[in-house]
Amino acid sequence: MGYSEKLLDYFQNPRCVGEIPDADAVAEVSNPVCGDVMKLWVKVGDGRIQDAKFKAQGCSAAIATSSYATEMLVGMNVADARLITRDQIAEALGGLPVSKIHCSVLASDAIKEALKGF
Amino acid sequence: MRPEVVAAMMPVFTEHFGNASSIHWFGQHAKSLIDDARQHVAKLINAEAGEIVFLSGGTEADNLAIRGIAESQKSKGRHIISSQIEHHAVLHTCKDLEKQGFEITWLPVSRDGLVNPENVRSAIRKDTILISIMHANNEIGTIQPIAEIGRIAAEADIYFHSDGVQSTGKIPVNVKDLGIDLYSMSAHKIHGPKGVGALFVKKATTLKPIMTGGGHERNRRSGTENVAGIVGFGEAARLARLELMPEMLRVRELRDRLEAGLKSQIEFIHVNGENAPRLPNTSNIMVDYAEGEGLVISLDLKGVAVSTGSACSSGSLEPSHVLTAIGKTPDEAHGSLRFSLSTMTASEDIDFVVEVLPGIVERLRELSPYYKGNSGSDH
Repeated sequence: MGYSEKLLDYFQNPRCVGEIPDADAVAEVSNPVCGDVMKLWVKVGDGRIQDAKFKAQGCSAAIATSSYATEMLVGMNVADARLITRDQIAEALGGLPVSKIHCSVLASDAIKEALKGF
Repeated sequence: MRPEVVAAMMPVFTEHFGNASSIHWFGQHAKSLIDDARQHVAKLINAEAGEIVFLSGGTEADNLAIRGIAESQKSKGRHIISSQIEHHAVLHTCKDLEKQGFEITWLPVSRDGLVNPENVRSAIRKDTILISIMHANNEIGTIQPIAEIGRIAAEADIYFHSDGVQSTGKIPVNVKDLGIDLYSMSAHKIHGPKGVGALFVKKATTLKPIMTGGGHERNRRSGTENVAGIVGFGEAARLARLELMPEMLRVRELRDRLEAGLKSQIEFIHVNGENAPRLPNTSNIMVDYAEGEGLVISLDLKGVAVSTGSACSSGSLEPSHVLTAIGKTPDEAHGSLRFSLSTMTASEDIDFVVEVLPGIVERLRELSPYYKGNSGSDH
């Protein structure tokens, strides 16, 4: 399958799964390439992301990258969070097989969408 | 591969290494081994030995059948009838011919994955030279009404090719009764070696070879014979006739038990092609609110190997053309799983899948923003 141990761990035991009922922003994005979807809830205060949760319907790489990116977000200041790139997420999970590189765009798109208004 | 197949092949590497085209004893012995294999493969589909052309596999068989007829018949016409659910070996070969000025009618299939023979009849034109409809589909296992299509082709005096890679050895095939002129087969689908296959070419069929050279295989396919592969294919065909097909009854029971078990334990799943005649060893299941690749990886981590028609797992990132043709949206195809059973599948394997898959599906659905009241829009 060509996935790293770390990626499989985030797929099998995803962190930050769920919803935030009183979220400050909610973003829902779908991958234009394969149709995977991710929904991201964020709570923002003092220029920082206080909390973040996600849900996703997609392949193992989509779920793992979504989870990792959401976990990364918590505690970050908004300006830095906006700079998170798909490559950063993919690299942190040990890289992705060539045919799955498109998956990491889901999480970076969701972050940009959710932080649009801040 | 079956151990018997390996055992039949080994002496070809170590002792009988002659070139079947040579007239010395080594060569003639190799030739007789090929002749035996040809008999076994012919018997499997009720053909004559002289109608079997050995080549590198199902893909080459499809190429030789379609290009061979197209080239030999193009002075009569350039129209070919095929279906939307063919294997890529047929699909891409026909698309290539389209670029060369041939016209292809791509027949649709029903929601159950079947070609309607009446659609074949009405697609026939004066310049139709070939009908190519697969016997059984590789993704959903549906068995096409080949005998009826064969009759229609014979009445109209048009060559009829059928890709039999999935059906050979799994269901009875009688090329004479089915009215077939060309039939593609692959050894590795019946526990034989990879890299070898055959094309049945009915006597007196005019076929232009796609491989030019020394005129092997009665001028149908040049190139030194893959003797070991052919011998392995012959042994696999012999075993298929004696054991594989009778065993398929047991395989069908396992498949039905798998489907019944999963349907009783998982809501929102569907069996593709459920109402059509299907191969006994294939099950294509659609799981709503979950994605196929994630299901495949989860099963793989538990030691179960299956495949999916999800766009996310295909190299092309397109959803399966077969699932699209039976009317599934890309979202629906997203959650498809294909189980391929064999005589090596044990009853416990089925129990294991029925035990672990519901939990896997439930876990992935819990992650989905669309499942149940999980908020969000309809999906």
